[in-house]
Amino acid sequence: MTQKIAIQVDDLTVAYNYKPVLWDIDLVIPQGVLMAIVGPNGAGKSTLIKAVLGIIDPIAGSVAIFGKPYKKQRKLVAYVPQKGSVDWDFPTTALDVVMMGTYGSLGWIKRPGQKQKKAALEALEKVDMLSFKSRQISQLSGGQQQRIFLARALVQNASIYFMDEPFQGVDASTEIAIINILKELRKAGKTVVVVHHDLQTVPEYFDWVTFLNVKKIATGAVKDIFNDDNLTKTYGINYKVAVNK
Amino acid sequence: MSITEYFDLLFTDYTLRNISLGTAVLGIICGMLGSFAVLRKQSLLGDAISHAALPGIAVAFLITGAKDTNILLLGALVSGLIGAFWIRGMISKTHLKSDTALGLILSLFFGFGMMLLTYIQKQPNANQAGLDKYLFGQAATLVTSDVQLMVIVTGIALLVVLLFWKEFKLLLFDQDYTKTLGFNTKFIDILITFFIVLAIVIGLQTVGVVLMSAMLLAPAAAARQWTNTLATMVILAALIGGFSGVFGTAISATQNNLSTGPVIVLVASFFVVVSFVFSPTRGLLFKQIRLLKNRRDLQLKKTLQFMYGIAQTHENIDHPHTIRILNNFQGFTKKSLRKMEQNQWILLNKQQWSLTSKGFAEAQNLFNQQPQHE
Repeated sequence: MTQKIAIQVDDLTVAYNYKPVLWDIDLVIPQGVLMAIVGPNGAGKSTLIKAVLGIIDPIAGSVAIFGKPYKKQRKLVAYVPQKGSVDWDFPTTALDVVMMGTYGSLGWIKRPGQKQKKAALEALEKVDMLSFKSRQISQLSGGQQQRIFLARALVQNASIYFMDEPFQGVDASTEIAIINILKELRKAGKTVVVVHHDLQTVPEYFDWVTFLNVKKIATGAVKDIFNDDNLTKTYGINYKVAVNK
Repeated sequence: MSITEYFDLLFTDYTLRNISLGTAVLGIICGMLGSFAVLRKQSLLGDAISHAALPGIAVAFLITGAKDTNILLLGALVSGLIGAFWIRGMISKTHLKSDTALGLILSLFFGFGMMLLTYIQKQPNANQAGLDKYLFGQAATLVTSDVQLMVIVTGIALLVVLLFWKEFKLLLFDQDYTKTLGFNTKFIDILITFFIVLAIVIGLQTVGVVLMSAMLLAPAAAARQWTNTLATMVILAALIGGFSGVFGTAISATQNNLSTGPVIVLVASFFVVVSFVFSPTRGLLFKQIRLLKNRRDLQLKKTLQFMYGIAQTHENIDHPHTIRILNNFQGFTKKSLRKMEQNQWILLNKQQWSLTSKGFAEAQNLFNQQPQHE
């Protein structure tokens, strides 16, 4: 395969106190894929993303982005946290939240200006939220809040996107809007990694998948490895049999 | 002394000017930094830190044997910082929840401080009297150099807030995301905490250990009710804090035997109560009024909808119908019909009503309307 490697994770191990949450994860993600991370609750899906991004300190392991340590490649990576991880009653507007996506490229102390504002407005337009730009964020619906978070990451203009359950609690029209944007990102050669819960939509939305349950079960192209065998190994039940009972 | 006399004296009387300026500046810095504490959900941090500062004052006195304010406050700063970072460490390194850590540090340090104070009082040193003023504060002891110190610290805090505004806002809203953008969140966190401790320490002489946290929280809580942007909230909280300082001082100066610190806190709390009731968007009063108004509106619209259903069965929408036809529908009164006429939704003619084109359009669009409150 001639595809470039976007993300390489080696021997990543994370533990809360004594309990291992991620055990010796090796992962190679080629550039330009739209990848789902699936696994049961407590499998360490969010933790994997957070450890890769340095939000959580791993016990061991290393992460390389396009062949260099993550710390040197931060500007190439954007993050969409879980919607519930922040207080939406914070006194600020939708536009202001999206502007935060430009803070990383600005660096310390420098203030955002017209250029940053323009980028933020464009991102709002992409997620179809331009008319809500001055809305206080607590007045937005769950789906709209998720779009705002997505716009904030789009502003970063990164090469790699990590998203933690972007489809959680959003309605059908938002889900379609989000997946279309993700597919557009892939078309533009970006790599997108998504923590995903809905197994039904995996073959439809994604072309790459990683099965995770503390250990890595399998990773690869959806058409090759999204099968009963791996689902059973990951969830501990025969998924299709259990659903069709 | 009356209030007008107070304002006359404000510009001539040395003590009064000092106290007023000092409490105003204190209110400003506390309002400003208190906003950050409130938005970080660390409201009780201020309480723990101010109590944790007490043993520092006592130790500084024991070491130097003198009651130099600056040295005592330096002691307070050191022990306040130790308390603050001990709490931080406890929360991140153990399973304890933050309220437990705050409570533990608060009582541990305050207990230790009180023990030292009683010990000092038994000493044969003539200098010892008056250390207990740091418990409840005594604004009357403010001298020019104290106020100068307050002004300088507030100036530096303002500068830091302006410089790191973007970073502070980012951290307050989304700490994990801040980290992924490459900012050193630990540094920003320590910077905010350091200045909160500093604000508390310079307020100890005026308001005292016990009430200091109210100075941080009350202006911020009041300001939050009036605005939905961070900048306005911080400015408003600073103004409310400053006003509380001046008004509190004025009230306590014009009455006998009212100590300044508690009065300032009461004035600030008054602002909180007023804000919670009268704020146009978040206040209880207007919320209730809006609720009642919306209910009345909906009742009218329900009647309109009923009429719309009847009118639809006729070819011309303005065909008159008798009012009696509405009798099997409970939602209307004479008053509500008149209100509908005022809205130009219907025309009333003796015992008959007919829908106007405006009323027809209104009924048609009832379920397509955007909510009116932004």
